[in-house]
Amino acid sequence: MRIGIPKEIYEGERRVAATPDTVRRMIKKQGFMVVVESGAGVLASYPDSAYEEAGATIVDMPSEVWNCDIVAKVRPPQYHEGTGQEEAEMLAEGSTLISFLWPAEAEATIKMLEGRKVNAIAMDQVPRITRAQKLDALSSMGNIAGYRAVVEAAQQFGRFFTGQITAAGKVPPAKVLVIGAGVAGLAAIGAARGLGAIVRAFDTRPVVKEQVESMGAEFLEVEFEEDGTGVGGYAKVMSPEFIAAEMALFLEQAKEVDIIITTALIPGRPAPLLVKKEAVEAMRPGSVIVDLAAERGGNCEVTKPGEVIDHGGVKIIGYTDLPSRLPATSSQLYGTNICHLLDDLGKAEGFKFDLEDEVVRGCLVVHEGEMIWPPPKKDPPPQKSGEAAKPAPKPEPKPEPEVEESTQEAANEPPAQIPWALIGTGVALLGIGLGAPESFLSHFTVFVLAIFVGWQLIWNVSPALHTPLMSVTNAVSGIIIIGGMLQVSGSPSSATVILGALAILVATINIAGGFLVTQRMLQMFRK
Amino acid sequence: MTESLITVSYIAAAILFILSLGGLSSQETARRGNLYGILGMAIALVATAATPGVTGYAMLAGAIIPGVLIGGFLAQRVAMTAMPELVAILHSFVGLAAVLVGFASYLGPQDASMTAVEVTIHEVEIFIGVFVGAITFTGSVIAFAKLRGSIGGKPFIIPARHAINAGMVIGSVVLGYMFLDAGHATTDGGNPGGLMPLLIMTGIACVLGVHMVMAIGGADMPVVVSMLNSYSGWAAAAAGFMLSNDLLIITGALVGSSGAILSYIMCAAMNRSFISVILGGFGSDGGAPSGPAKVVEGEAVPTDVEKVVADMKAAKSLIIIPGYGMAVAQAQHSLSEVVKILRKELKKNVRFGIHPVAGRLPGHMNVLLAEANVPYDIVLEMDELNDDFPDTDLVLVIGANDIVNPSALDDPNSPIAGMPVLECWKSTKTVVMKRSMGTGYAGVQNPLFFKDNTEMLFGDAKKNVDAMLAEIRK
Repeated sequence: MRIGIPKEIYEGERRVAATPDTVRRMIKKQGFMVVVESGAGVLASYPDSAYEEAGATIVDMPSEVWNCDIVAKVRPPQYHEGTGQEEAEMLAEGSTLISFLWPAEAEATIKMLEGRKVNAIAMDQVPRITRAQKLDALSSMGNIAGYRAVVEAAQQFGRFFTGQITAAGKVPPAKVLVIGAGVAGLAAIGAARGLGAIVRAFDTRPVVKEQVESMGAEFLEVEFEEDGTGVGGYAKVMSPEFIAAEMALFLEQAKEVDIIITTALIPGRPAPLLVKKEAVEAMRPGSVIVDLAAERGGNCEVTKPGEVIDHGGVKIIGYTDLPSRLPATSSQLYGTNICHLLDDLGKAEGFKFDLEDEVVRGCLVVHEGEMIWPPPKKDPPPQKSGEAAKPAPKPEPKPEPEVEESTQEAANEPPAQIPWALIGTGVALLGIGLGAPESFLSHFTVFVLAIFVGWQLIWNVSPALHTPLMSVTNAVSGIIIIGGMLQVSGSPSSATVILGALAILVATINIAGGFLVTQRMLQMFRK
Repeated sequence: MTESLITVSYIAAAILFILSLGGLSSQETARRGNLYGILGMAIALVATAATPGVTGYAMLAGAIIPGVLIGGFLAQRVAMTAMPELVAILHSFVGLAAVLVGFASYLGPQDASMTAVEVTIHEVEIFIGVFVGAITFTGSVIAFAKLRGSIGGKPFIIPARHAINAGMVIGSVVLGYMFLDAGHATTDGGNPGGLMPLLIMTGIACVLGVHMVMAIGGADMPVVVSMLNSYSGWAAAAAGFMLSNDLLIITGALVGSSGAILSYIMCAAMNRSFISVILGGFGSDGGAPSGPAKVVEGEAVPTDVEKVVADMKAAKSLIIIPGYGMAVAQAQHSLSEVVKILRKELKKNVRFGIHPVAGRLPGHMNVLLAEANVPYDIVLEMDELNDDFPDTDLVLVIGANDIVNPSALDDPNSPIAGMPVLECWKSTKTVVMKRSMGTGYAGVQNPLFFKDNTEMLFGDAKKNVDAMLAEIRK
């Protein structure tokens, strides 16, 4: 099978859907043939020669790429001025297109794809489940956008990020506020921290607090209880009261911080407005706002998509092509995402669309010329990790409590065994009670109680201390020495005395060795 | 000392022992716990020495002083990697002491005031004490030899071993009946008729101990050692019954239940029943796999030290999973240095993930890491960090195999199916340090090695970690 990698024609787009690295992988590991349009990777610093070296065929005519069995690209197909044709129309019947598609807003394109009787996979529709993480192109791009946002901010910001004390005076560190701690937000936190800034972050989903803190930022909270965790680890729309509290917090923060990076998006809706004009005006001149949601309307009231504007001395960056501004890395990550997708589709040999596969079903928009998006709703997907800390939702009140309870009991304890064990114990106790003399029973009482005490104690021992526990119990069990000591007081030649003395000797080794080695071990445990 | 004073001392000693075990519940109180244990033991010994009937002080001193010297010497000299061996051999001493005390008690002068029933009970106690003691003794010696490597770690399985074991137990019961029938020693200490059955039973119990532990494989040693720990406790308790000494009974019961719980925890961590471990042999459990295990296919991607160090520098959060291989290679000290640099200089979030059965002793890895100055608050249990792998950038697996095998979870036909494992493959990248592509103890191929996000760093763990240390310092 042949994979075609066309040159991106969207204005300003520098990315490419495959790098020499991923081409090599498609050819060697997956068994595809790869055709690359001449100059496809130039803007991402991947010259044609590098693709050739990796085993790809370089072609000049776009049509030679578009008639491949699979076409992988970055941007959705559009009108191609060079050939005077729609890209989608150039696809061969039965072939497969892999790209970002945004199917909710691309009716015309999808109509065309349907008309061509092709298959189309939208890289933006990969379900957010653990298994699909390796092909989650949105995360890859979000990560890059977050990093690049900090770089752009640094470009516009007239000061150091890191605080310094120099011979020429003290420079305070920059304060950065990141709103929205998704992939992009976390990447921005990391990048800003890496440059030495003081970073704060806000998110409506309390579960990301830990992730924010693990990146070294302070997590801001509003004094208002509402969980913004929506389906699939994304955020949901918050109540008006919450938004008001949030805005107040941002206004407060705007007076203090130097840089605000907003990354708040809610799937399928315009970006929430979070930084109002007043907040922008409250910022010190020279401050910078980077609005990663610019393409979807912006989180900041004054953002102009695609531009950098100056609002009363505050720069607002509204670039919508941040991943494309880091073309080498974003191409590499996107290309790897595509390789993983091809793996899931069965590589060249077993290439097929398994509609039972949740991942494939989720991102397959057009199947054999038929639009099948959006996929039927299933149970809400498992939440992204890190959110496990969230307290489990209370179980719904059970409709038939009696039935439920009895089945639960049956599941929890096999009823046939417990009574027998109890009966057995009872019978044994009865037998002992009938037959044993008083003197034995008093010892027996002590014995049973001691077992229970031990049972209670040992469960509390931290697993890290199991080895010291063994050596200390071992030392303590050397108490058997008493047995020897009580028996050595006869004639030195009697068997009892000799055996007793030997017992004392070995038990003493045990006691001394056990306690000392425990002490040695415990001294090593330190914080 | 009066009888009452001694009893009070025994109570104090018993309480101190209980506090001692209670103190081990956390690192902060553990050292105090050990001191309580020492104090309790000292009180018990002084009180016993002061018992009216005890007069053989020369004999006492002659036995105790060399014992202390030998024990102290062993404790000072032992390397932390050799901890399992030391614990095992110390268990054998308790077993041996129990046997000796049992014989001494049987041969010693009899308390004439005992009723017939009391005499019978006393003899049963002796018999049981010697039986358990003998199994503990030889079992521990074999465990010691296996842990040292003097005997191969492979399970030694002879045909019909269950029948042989059962036969030996039945034989012991029969001998016990003969022993009781023969009556106790005469009051003048002449050779009693029950001695022969007792001796034969001791021999049988010794063989049973050897045979039982021989059949258990190297990686099941944590269970064996804790089981022997438990037995040594029961042996002490039995001695307490025969001597009517409550302190021995209490202590024995404490130790016995402690060892039993540890064995249970270890078994749960391997998803195997206690019985199947004790009966020995791997894969011979009742629930035999219902079909062939999945064949693992793929290509393992090798890497080198430079790349791994680059990965470490790029990662923000790392988890290190040590296994027995780290202990064998003695890599923990260099590893600790690497971790120190990662944490202190590069500000990485580095943690250790410890599987309950990693190593050859419960908590073995914790002791080794503590010895290498790894702070204990970054050494976490499997349950504490198993959910964190998806947020982890890099996992280093050092000398571990079965405890990171994904087929335990996703292949119901795998011999280790159902065993909880550290789910390192959910992290962004895993580097497995291993000597070769060989299988682990369970003999199961590990699909982890062939995952896309796994790379293999072959070679001796110590050499590789040393090289990492040099590289990271550059």
